[in-house]
Amino acid sequence: MPKDGGIGASTKRREDVRFLTGKGRYTDDINIHGQTYVYFLRSDVAHGRINKIDTADAEAMPGVVKVFTGKDFEGVGGIPCGWQVTDRFGEVMQEPAHPVLAQGKVRHVGDPMAAVVAESPEQARDAAEAIEYDIEELPAVVDMKEALQDGAPKVHDDLTSNLCYDWGFVEENRDAVDEAIKNAAHVTTLELRNNRLVANPMEPRVAVGDYHAGTGDYTLYTTSQNPHMIRLLMGAFVLGIPENKLRVVAPDVGGGFGTKIFHYAEEAFCTFASKQVNRPVKWTSSRSEAFISDAHGRDHVSKIELALDSDNNFVALRTDTYANMGAYLSTFAPSVPTWLHGTLMAGNYKTPLVYVNVKAVFTNTVPVDAYRGAGRPEASYQLERVVDKAARELGVDPVALRRQNFITEFPYATPVAVEYDTGDYNATMDKLLEIADVSGFESRVAESKARGKLRGLGLNCYIEACGIAPSNLVGQLGARAGLYESATVRVNATGSITVMTGSHSHGQGHETAFPQVVADMIGIDATQIEIVHGDTANTPMGMGTYGSRSLAVGGSAMVKATQKIINKAKKIAAHLLEASEGDIELKDGAFSVAGTDKSVAWGDVTLAAYVPHNYPLEEIEPGLEETAFYDPSNFTYPSGAYCCEVEVDPETGKVEVLAFAAADDFGNVINPMIVEGQVHGGIAQGIGQAMLENCAYDSDGQLLSGSYMDYAMPRAADMPMFKVDHSCQTPCTHNPLGVKGCGEAGAIGSPPAVVNAVVDAVQRAGHHDVTHIDMPLTPSRVWSAING
Amino acid sequence: MASVTITVNGKPMTGEAEGRTLLSTFLREELSLTGTHVGCDTSQCGACVVHVNGEPVKSCTMFAQEANGADVSTIEGQANADGSLNTIQAAFQEHHGLQCGFCTPGMVMSAAALLKENPKPSETEIRDYLEGNICRCTGYHNIVKAIMAASGQDVSAIAAE
Repeated sequence: MPKDGGIGASTKRREDVRFLTGKGRYTDDINIHGQTYVYFLRSDVAHGRINKIDTADAEAMPGVVKVFTGKDFEGVGGIPCGWQVTDRFGEVMQEPAHPVLAQGKVRHVGDPMAAVVAESPEQARDAAEAIEYDIEELPAVVDMKEALQDGAPKVHDDLTSNLCYDWGFVEENRDAVDEAIKNAAHVTTLELRNNRLVANPMEPRVAVGDYHAGTGDYTLYTTSQNPHMIRLLMGAFVLGIPENKLRVVAPDVGGGFGTKIFHYAEEAFCTFASKQVNRPVKWTSSRSEAFISDAHGRDHVSKIELALDSDNNFVALRTDTYANMGAYLSTFAPSVPTWLHGTLMAGNYKTPLVYVNVKAVFTNTVPVDAYRGAGRPEASYQLERVVDKAARELGVDPVALRRQNFITEFPYATPVAVEYDTGDYNATMDKLLEIADVSGFESRVAESKARGKLRGLGLNCYIEACGIAPSNLVGQLGARAGLYESATVRVNATGSITVMTGSHSHGQGHETAFPQVVADMIGIDATQIEIVHGDTANTPMGMGTYGSRSLAVGGSAMVKATQKIINKAKKIAAHLLEASEGDIELKDGAFSVAGTDKSVAWGDVTLAAYVPHNYPLEEIEPGLEETAFYDPSNFTYPSGAYCCEVEVDPETGKVEVLAFAAADDFGNVINPMIVEGQVHGGIAQGIGQAMLENCAYDSDGQLLSGSYMDYAMPRAADMPMFKVDHSCQTPCTHNPLGVKGCGEAGAIGSPPAVVNAVVDAVQRAGHHDVTHIDMPLTPSRVWSAING
Repeated sequence: MASVTITVNGKPMTGEAEGRTLLSTFLREELSLTGTHVGCDTSQCGACVVHVNGEPVKSCTMFAQEANGADVSTIEGQANADGSLNTIQAAFQEHHGLQCGFCTPGMVMSAAALLKENPKPSETEIRDYLEGNICRCTGYHNIVKAIMAASGQDVSAIAAE
């Protein structure tokens, strides 16, 4: 049994107490004396030329402090993109300007074109209605393939076309893959759409800019997953404020799921405007506003071909994907369909030849960027759907086909440039078959049939690359940032510990799980350890939380810093015990001299560090505080197998998810309760994508799903109870904790399982022509598929 | 502007409200009770659920002036007198029924209303009752489990532990 509060214990979350009693401190809970409020006037057309914006009437409205338009931001930097992709011809991507407020043109519904700062939110909104504007509506492009046709309206007049890049990977394999597909015994082809989603963390975005005229310092409070990155991007690239004059605070944040990674115009606006009006400026997004201003996710259209030899071995794989970038390049947008997608196209399989082509396209829609999984769900969905289809075409068991092609030897270098360090795909598949009671499925089919329902079972496996990532590697791939993580471990005089981490917790439970690691290493109670995160003023520069990286990268930095602490504390203990440093052992919070009964408590050593009366000052400095930066040597590779069981009503096409099971390999697990919660949430988002959610635009670029009345968020009654297992553990070989990351797995692994299950159900009912149904599997789509 | 007085968690409180001021805004901005959250603008998400005269209400669907004279309970008034978590709150912590915490106040207030009306709800009854409360983090599994546990039901057989 793990020690209570240490590694492996399901320690209850300490942060829950404040959240359960209404004492959380989210950004919208922050109000600063003298604060003003901003309301953004946003474009209601998808594409248009701004002929006139007249703010005179608005400026005369009650309570109005100042009205801003794009003109006020001439000479101010635009919103930067953090990743530059090089296309398959060696050219860098097309990168349009992204002004804070629209200049000249509006390019999507929701593009901000003016902003009213007033004494109250109501006054700001009332005054925005008094802004007179003349927008000449231009033809919009929404469909990606249409956007690439000759003569299509251009989203950005100064670019050569709407093509951001045409990326090939691995380009040298292009011809070999084509040749292998041409000569294969069998080729399975599938065209599919990975539906556009809206991340929808329950807390809408908020920003409060606060300029202090006395010092010239700026503070931005914002709903961010990575305050340091916002400080760097906004300070260096947009507003020209050096880090020493800019503090970014992301306090309690109500969920992120990727969409709170990015630097947004509203953050830059509030910071900039707070100096202009010399008062704090606050923006609170409404949910309606979130739908047209938060970066969306997914939106890929793909054609995938899987070639097999006559023994059913996978011999080659090719995918051609169109990836929607929206109207501007959001922070990490270019990396999602390329390096976070193409490198995963080998999946769990030994396929020797893989080629991935991605055309990234500008359209008159909200920018698209990373959403939980980011590129990896798109890869996994294509692969696991095409493998399932191949099994059906060949008349072989889908599990057997997968097993036959599984990678079983590690480390394994894939043909798409990554090296998997560990994994055991057969083990997670075995565990899945057991917990999902797959052997009892046929009897459940009969039971459903007796009630007139079609039952289906869908299986899949997945692999992801997490813990993003080695800085030198991502730098070569086009990242304009390092992707290390940092931690400062400050041991206080009486032995309590404050850990300042560059990671950020917005639901992941770092405040509970991180102390478990430090407590385990030192042997003190976890309640003596506090985690500080989310404030650039008191944490070392770190890159934040996304890509399932907090524990694998941030936790590793914390381990390194704690190890430095232990090393120094041993020197102090050796001095106090008049022993040799090499003989000092640390166990259960006490230092002892090996082979003797001489020992000194943790608290005595820490006190000596700060009250160095009896202290080796000639050898070491007083104090006990260490910082470490950790840059991993590789990604981590969580993997697993998922199973979904559904029932289809053939009369209506309605699908019910009856059961969902997941067997994951996350390597070592620090807090099983938190890990299971992460998997639950990921699965629910994956089921949501497969069954319910769809961000839809009409052909004019009007958003059809702009609120919870139209965008179907998963509700409690849409979900079954989940069976999750993480007992198959092949620890990561290159980080000190042996952890792999668990935040995105559920969202990656679940959509193909759901769709495979529904196709299975309708195929079992004799509808053999139904080989695919696009997500979301609405009753209308399923009914139409069954009824031709 | 009009003066509005409500009894919040047993304490009379007065503030100013425009005709259009929502109860949720009044609680948060005028009375500084920021535990009640606003997650949407179409009365769908339920993060703002409070009890008005004992009934669960989405406080974004009610004007502050309509609540004048009412007895309102919010998340801030749910803990036991000694400050410890009440049965429902404790069950949410015990069973990891929250992650980011943003929907949590509404979930706890809805759960309290459900258990008042149905002291031993089934899994299906809980899921149906939570139709108006959206959580994006938990997948609902542990919320349902927590509410069942808070009602005294044995949840040890529920999967995933």
